[in-house]
Amino acid sequence: MSTLALKADHISKSFYDPVTFEVLRDVSFEIEKSKFYSIIGKSGCGKSTLLYVLSTMDTDYKGTLELNGNVVTGQSQNELARFRNEHLGFVFQFHFLLPEFSVLKNIMLPALKLGKYSKSEIEDRAYEKLKLVDMTEHALKPASKLSGGQQQRVAIARSLINDPSIIMGDEPTGNLDQNNSRIIVDIFMKLAHESGQTIITVTHDLDIAAQSDNVIEMMDGKIISMT
Amino acid sequence: MRLFKKSVNLDIALTHLLSKKKQTFVAMMGVTFGISMFITMISFMTGVNEFMMELTLDGSPHVKIYHPIENKTVAMDSFAGSAEMTVLHHPKPKNELPKLKDGHIILEEISSLPEVSGALSQVSSQVFYNNGPVKFPGMVVGTDILKENELYNLTEKMIEGNITDLLTYQDGILMGLGLSKKLGASVGDRVSLTTPEGQTFFFRVMGIFAFGMGAIDDSRSYASISTVQKLLQVDPSYITDIHIKMKDYNEAKSLGVRLEQSYGYKAEDWETANEAVLVGEIIRNTMTYVVSITMLIVAGFGIYNIMNMNIINKMRDIAILKATGFEGSDVSKIFLYQSMIIGCLGGILGLLLGFIFSSGINQVPFPQNDFINIDTFPVNFKPFHYTLGIVFGVVTTLFAGWFPSRKAAKVDPVEIIRG
Ligand SMILES: Nc1ncnc2c1ncn2[C@@H]1O[C@H](COP(=O)(O)OP(=O)(O)OP(=O)(O)O)[C@@H](O)[C@H]1O
Ligand SMILES: [Mg+2]
Repeated sequence: MSTLALKADHISKSFYDPVTFEVLRDVSFEIEKSKFYSIIGKSGCGKSTLLYVLSTMDTDYKGTLELNGNVVTGQSQNELARFRNEHLGFVFQFHFLLPEFSVLKNIMLPALKLGKYSKSEIEDRAYEKLKLVDMTEHALKPASKLSGGQQQRVAIARSLINDPSIIMGDEPTGNLDQNNSRIIVDIFMKLAHESGQTIITVTHDLDIAAQSDNVIEMMDGKIISMT
Repeated sequence: MRLFKKSVNLDIALTHLLSKKKQTFVAMMGVTFGISMFITMISFMTGVNEFMMELTLDGSPHVKIYHPIENKTVAMDSFAGSAEMTVLHHPKPKNELPKLKDGHIILEEISSLPEVSGALSQVSSQVFYNNGPVKFPGMVVGTDILKENELYNLTEKMIEGNITDLLTYQDGILMGLGLSKKLGASVGDRVSLTTPEGQTFFFRVMGIFAFGMGAIDDSRSYASISTVQKLLQVDPSYITDIHIKMKDYNEAKSLGVRLEQSYGYKAEDWETANEAVLVGEIIRNTMTYVVSITMLIVAGFGIYNIMNMNIINKMRDIAILKATGFEGSDVSKIFLYQSMIIGCLGGILGLLLGFIFSSGINQVPFPQNDFINIDTFPVNFKPFHYTLGIVFGVVTTLFAGWFPSRKAAKVDPVEIIRG
């Protein structure tokens, strides 16, 4: 079995509005399984854009993307949705929860959609994930009543609910204090090294980058170093 | 597993609906209003239609057999076979009585038919009713009054007097309300009639009836069959009409055709005799449906608007759902469920409200009227209308929800999440 979690092959992406602007320029790289990767770079260099392409949500790019050995480029939206549901966890740059639902329900929804476990099992698992991010006491609150950092932690818990093989985060610790930030990084390290999951996070925090297994540095839509 | 997936979408739909209670309620009220109006209108209109129909059917035979006087002339017969061309001007019909030959036998045969519930024979004639020097044209019907009562519920239509009085008084007569007013006659008064042959007779008014139809009430009187035969100076086998009531009045037309063929007399069914009433009913029904359906469509537009707004407000949620693995079809189901729930609940409430409204109308007293024998406005309570209402409501909301939900399915998550 291949040890590659992700393979990006000559990926380019341009925005055309209002003027043509090439955000990603012929990006190629490989990501190994069970590792913790950080993507760093100046604001506006294309990190989020790259992550959206890698997450299969953005399909408007040139080049080929392989995830867990499957070519996902060119798959239908529905196939991609199912793939994301089962194999990908995602934490957005601006914490995105469903405001009408409770914290618990927010975490449970992707698992209910997957339908692999019974509802009560899913609830137990959701509590487990909440415990990881130290949010158990807020489980039944509506998501709209949480602080930014709390929402971000819930979003992290949600990204873990289906035990995805790849977890992507766009500055997942951006709103957290040092202490909570360290907890999250520890969780990610553990997931990578003990559960064999692959973590890819965009970050501005050089401490986090220093802790991660690999660092990808971007500049003006290109990868300038990979260590 | 599949059921499970469905219930997630339904769960999300319900949460959305409950988190926007006011909006949900307004959308529901649109459907409720549309359907309740539909039920109320259709119940009332068909109630009126059916009442008028009953009124018409009540007072008229399902099939009537009579002998039409045609412009048959014997003059032409004399020239038959001649080679010359003959031109005949203004031929006179031969003096033919509108008699049904062997009427009693025909009546017996018809009475024994399985689809016939009752039949009677009559001697009817045009007469003039005299009120001093003024003459009013009308009809006098000689009939077996008990049989007449069986077929037409005459007892119920009596305003004054008793039908059995006709049996005891040879010169007794039951008179239509309108006619009695024209003659200024009330029960116990003597009125005079003139036959087409010119004889004048006196009758005593024993009772006054009202069918609720001017055509009858303004011109008709009942007397015993032998009295009218005497009046017309004909023998006791002379009858002019046979009235038939069917077990199922929809079969009247086909029976009429058969009777015409076997007896050679005109057999007119009620539909032909009351064409104008039927046309009026079709027009009223069409209008009712058009107005009701328009109201439902307006309610549908309301839902369409609300669902559209709903989806615009929920763009972020849709993006998150899609990002975390919900497919386009799941998202569209979530919104379709919402409009379905609005449609079903609003619809059921509409049925209930429609029932209450129509019950209310059914309680309103009908303006007191000698001619029409009802206490309150006529209203129908037909399961069919309620079924139609709910089906229509659900179909309209389904359509109204369909287009916005397609739109929701096509939302591109990246565009929203990028901010
Ligand atoms: N929808 C868009 N249309 C046009 N240009 C865009 C669009 N979205 C992003 N860009 C441009 O693409 C470039 C890369 O944006 P991106 O969000 O990937 O940056 P980033 O590296 O994530 O920055 P940050 O660290 O601030 O989040 C930026 O210059 C931005 O202006
Ligand atoms: Mg970014």
